[in-house]
Amino acid sequence: MADILVVAEVAEGKLKKTTHSAVTFARTASAALGGTYSILVMGDAVSDAAAEAASLGAAKVITVEDASLKIYLAERFAPTVAAIGKGFAVVVGTASAFGKDLLPRVAGRLASGYAADITEVIASGDKLTYKRPMFAGNAFGMATIATPIHVVSVRQSAFSATEPAGTSPIEKGAFTAPTGNAHGRVELLSLEQVKSERPELAEARVVVSGGRALKEKFSEVLDPLCDVLGAALGASRAACDAGYAPSDLQVGQTGKVVAPSLYFAIGISGAIQHLAGMKGSKVIVAINKDGDAPIFQVADYGLVADLFPSVPELVKQIKAVKAG
Amino acid sequence: MKILVPLKRVADPDNANKVKIPAAGDKIETTGLEWKPNPFDEYALEAALRLTENGQTPKVRAGEVVVVTFGPKETEQTLRAALATGADRAIRIDTTDDKLDGDLVARALAALIEKEKPDVVVMGKQAVDGDSNQVGQILAELLDWPMATFAATIKEEAGALVVSREVDGGVATMRVKLPAIVTVDLRIVAPTSVYSTKTAATFKYNDGVRFAALPAIMAAKKKLLVEIKLADLAADQALKVEYKAFQAPPARKAGIKVKDVTELVTRLKNEAKVL
Ligand SMILES: Cc1cc2nc3c(=O)[nH]c(=O)nc-3n(C[C@H](O)[C@H](O)[C@H](O)COP(=O)(O)OP(=O)(O)OC[C@H]3O[C@@H](n4cnc5c(N)ncnc54)[C@H](O)[C@@H]3O)c2cc1C
Ligand SMILES: Nc1ncnc2c1ncn2[C@@H]1O[C@H](COP(=O)(O)O)[C@@H](O)[C@H]1O
Repeated sequence: MADILVVAEVAEGKLKKTTHSAVTFARTASAALGGTYSILVMGDAVSDAAAEAASLGAAKVITVEDASLKIYLAERFAPTVAAIGKGFAVVVGTASAFGKDLLPRVAGRLASGYAADITEVIASGDKLTYKRPMFAGNAFGMATIATPIHVVSVRQSAFSATEPAGTSPIEKGAFTAPTGNAHGRVELLSLEQVKSERPELAEARVVVSGGRALKEKFSEVLDPLCDVLGAALGASRAACDAGYAPSDLQVGQTGKVVAPSLYFAIGISGAIQHLAGMKGSKVIVAINKDGDAPIFQVADYGLVADLFPSVPELVKQIKAVKAG
Repeated sequence: MKILVPLKRVADPDNANKVKIPAAGDKIETTGLEWKPNPFDEYALEAALRLTENGQTPKVRAGEVVVVTFGPKETEQTLRAALATGADRAIRIDTTDDKLDGDLVARALAALIEKEKPDVVVMGKQAVDGDSNQVGQILAELLDWPMATFAATIKEEAGALVVSREVDGGVATMRVKLPAIVTVDLRIVAPTSVYSTKTAATFKYNDGVRFAALPAIMAAKKKLLVEIKLADLAADQALKVEYKAFQAPPARKAGIKVKDVTELVTRLKNEAKVL
């Protein structure tokens, strides 16, 4: 069998956009294998999310509903994903916090090899090889998996969102109740989500990131630039560590990986761990007062200047351009 | 509390001899590389030490921290450094990186844990050479233990840990009963990130990881370091994931420097056509 199972990510009853990247992978890989792909949607009530998933060209959408799946916990989700995944050649999700948490656990349960955060799938006959960045993006490794089932997570920025195609039948799949100890020994106490009007980092066409240099003025300086560009806000590790920006805005090797059309690095030195998260951007702009900052080695347009007067001036001029 | 901390040595990414790929593209060239402990594992060790002390001077230790690595003889340096930093005991599982994958590391760790019976495994979320972010999760599944990945804070309660995790869009706080697996994220070494039941709520640690003082380096030479054969922990050493080819990333060439904001905006509009 050469079919692919996409594990959908659901939040508040809706399909998360992250799912689309795994679907894009599945479309390419199933075509190469001459098989089909199905989408697994799990939760306590998933009819809306399943309806959305049914517009993504899958052979079928499999829903698994159970009251115990209302809150995502890997310990509760993994048994069902693994049980349904047994009928497939590849189990795939997107390398979001959800996918990175769940999929290796599923791989462990299936005694299958796992390839994390892949940027490309290469088919040769019925063999799939996965290209993945390693060493902070300093090398790509070509991973081969020897087990009958492969478990894979895909880098969202490397597999662009799919366009809806056709309507898939929706069928109910079996819920596999977790047995053993783990699921009863973990509970979610709280989930603090910061709601933002801005686009999500991984999906934005423009990203404005700030570094340590912004200090307490992080939002004051960067918000107007984000507003005028409709951009997502990002940050370096140093800015997150210092509390100038929330942690989930961190762009880099160990944070979010983005590849927008336009990326601004403002007051960011350009450490390799940061570059690993943004050097796939089409056009990179850097503003830094140190002309030797490594960020200039990857920037298409570099401005050596103090950011505090420069950014407001930039906002003013972009507004003028947009006003025609 | 008894804590196991797996530590991996990795090629230093900031080193001038960054990873090199030979023309054949069949491996990563390791000669000339400088090694250092995986930073996330250093953070895990710091977190583990904080969980086994009272956060006061003089420090009172309450528990044991055992560090373990998979590697050749020379990786004992990494273990000795961890012992000097405060770990109590070390184990080296004799093998080399090319004979390992995340699954085998997890299976061997699971077997070691059956013997060592720690209350908790605190480990890095990711080794920054392979960037896989998988061993902790696989290990938790193999042991049928609960896990809290990407931990930014840990607070010990009787028989459990309350862990806040960095997830998309915010923070998820969970309680995991022991024994459990915790994988740590960057923010775990902030001054108020880790509290044992013995640490006063007002206590603040120094930011970042601690460093070994000279007397501790001397004392570490006397601490117990044992070697175990990989075969004693994992009879089946077949790899599930292999890398037989590598490629260099596409080079990105530097662009130009603009003289002022006006030139930047003009070029973004007319040349790059992104405004
Ligand atoms: C395990 C590990 C994982 C990591 N993961 C990540 C990651 O995912 N993402 C990440 O970003 N980093 C990561 N890092 C950290 C990384 O190595 C750097 O320390 C970090 O990116 C530096 O942040 P920064 O550029 O904001 O700060 P700095 O390096 O301090 O740079 C600040 C810059 O601002 C400039 N500046 C100062 N004042 C002004 C001004 N007024 N106007 C203009 N410019 C000014 C300075 O010239 C300097 O270049 C990681 C590190 C480790 C060890
Ligand atoms: N060779 C190894 N020796 C010791 N610990 C390891 C090894 N490989 C992985 N680990 C542990 O597993 C964590 C996650 O690694 P990875 O899943 O490979 O990114 C690391 O932070 C270490 O704690």
